[in-house]
Amino acid sequence: MRGWLTVSRFGPLLIVLLGLGIIWYLAALWLNIPAQYGIYQRADVTEWSTPQLIGDAWSQQKPKLPAPHQIIAEMWQETTGYALNDKKSLIFHGWITLSATLYGFVSGTLLGIGLAIAIVLNRATNRSLMPWIIASQAVPILAIAPMIVVIGYNVMAGALDLPTDAARLVSKAVISAYLAFFPVTVGMVKGLRSPEIIQLDLMRTYNASAAQTFWKLRWPSAMPFLFTSMKVAIAAAVIGTVVGELPTGATGGIGARLLSGSQFGQTLQIWAALFAASALSALLVIIVGVAERLVFARMGVKP
Amino acid sequence: MALSDVSLDIGKGEFVSFIGPSGCGKTTLLRAIADLEQPSSGTLTVNGLSPREARESRSYGYVFQAPALYPWRTIEKNVALPLEIMGYTREQQAERVARTLDLVNLKGFEQRFPWQLSGGMQQRASIARALAFDADLLLMDEPFGALDEIVRDHLNAELLKLWARTSKTIAFVTHSIPEAVFLSTKIVVMSPRPGRVTDIIVSDLPPERPLDIRETPEFLRLAARVRDGLRAGHAYEE
Repeated sequence: MRGWLTVSRFGPLLIVLLGLGIIWYLAALWLNIPAQYGIYQRADVTEWSTPQLIGDAWSQQKPKLPAPHQIIAEMWQETTGYALNDKKSLIFHGWITLSATLYGFVSGTLLGIGLAIAIVLNRATNRSLMPWIIASQAVPILAIAPMIVVIGYNVMAGALDLPTDAARLVSKAVISAYLAFFPVTVGMVKGLRSPEIIQLDLMRTYNASAAQTFWKLRWPSAMPFLFTSMKVAIAAAVIGTVVGELPTGATGGIGARLLSGSQFGQTLQIWAALFAASALSALLVIIVGVAERLVFARMGVKP
Repeated sequence: MALSDVSLDIGKGEFVSFIGPSGCGKTTLLRAIADLEQPSSGTLTVNGLSPREARESRSYGYVFQAPALYPWRTIEKNVALPLEIMGYTREQQAERVARTLDLVNLKGFEQRFPWQLSGGMQQRASIARALAFDADLLLMDEPFGALDEIVRDHLNAELLKLWARTSKTIAFVTHSIPEAVFLSTKIVVMSPRPGRVTDIIVSDLPPERPLDIRETPEFLRLAARVRDGLRAGHAYEE
């Protein structure tokens, strides 16, 4: 077995990363140099060398496109520079997004599995539910998210008298679940239908009950499909939460950071929040992947 | 219609082979016996019960052409599958799994997963699974069809020993003449379009059959008769 850090495994990845970095730094020059002339003009700087211009274009306060090292420095500052409960801390906002994402992901996955079971075991639900499930994803989430947040928040904080934080959390989790359930339903319908005919015939010759056939055959057969769709679902759940944090002046979460960054022209803050969101997604997908490996190892899947 | 005018009795403890070209309905007949398919007309009784009643009283051990083992279960757990479904206690399960795996010479492979075994061993595990509960009738649909000749010879000899030890009634589908003659007490020769029985041959070979019985004149005479029956079924097509 090859080690984790061999060149053959990471080499191609590093080359792509290097290529992207070069393009990024060049694009930053192209976008930021015009503004740099203005900065020099206002500061009465009349002479500058080319290296100086390049260096300054890569270290502006509010660049059109921040250079990668600026984003990393900003993330470092926002994660380590403040106390965890400080509103400037990226970890504080990341945690708000993560908690809503997890609620959304778990409830979305459970809903997705439940719908898939209903569809697979009952022909009537298959006909009546499937078109609605597909239609649900044709609705642009950006259009429907603010309505869910506003209505959900008002109903829960107002009529149901929930604490405001809980009401915000739940309404974001609803959007997150709305995006997460779909891949799980589609994947699990396919997975629960994946047993071969002879595997099902075998159950019939044993006169197995529908529940026995489900738990001993359909469910284990669907596991690979479940994990693949959960990977898609958890990434979608992050997006759902962030979208849910954009409207209504939400005060916490990565989405709120994106919004306030764009309102004040803080491009560094926007990019740092963006990177934090993708890092969060990647981490969650990896965690699902690890869970998948553990389950597959137990199920004796050929390594 | 896959089958018409099939009339046949299978006695207790018999080893009956169904032989014929593809499309003669031998698999359909087996599936109809097992209540996996419903005949459009005619009667079929298994120990006086309808196929459905017999299935519901768990009279069938079915061995398919492919092993159809569940890949997430160890060999031991695969053999225990029918026992779990039929509600045997844990002790009974352990005892029966050990006994049947011993019968098919798979002792020591309990903890392996199917992919870790050869095709022949997987098929033996699927036979063990069919033997684990007390089925009255063992239905085997070309169980060795996908295996090479050497493995097949070996498993044929083992199957005969197994049959002698368990005295089960076996219905066996094949399209190999030597396999049918070697194994059976009764050979049902079938022909296609529509599937029908052209000959029923009662074997006079002794119950004790070493592999080299296949070179004896009695064996060759029976094989010739099977071949004639198959040819007769085909005659009108050419």
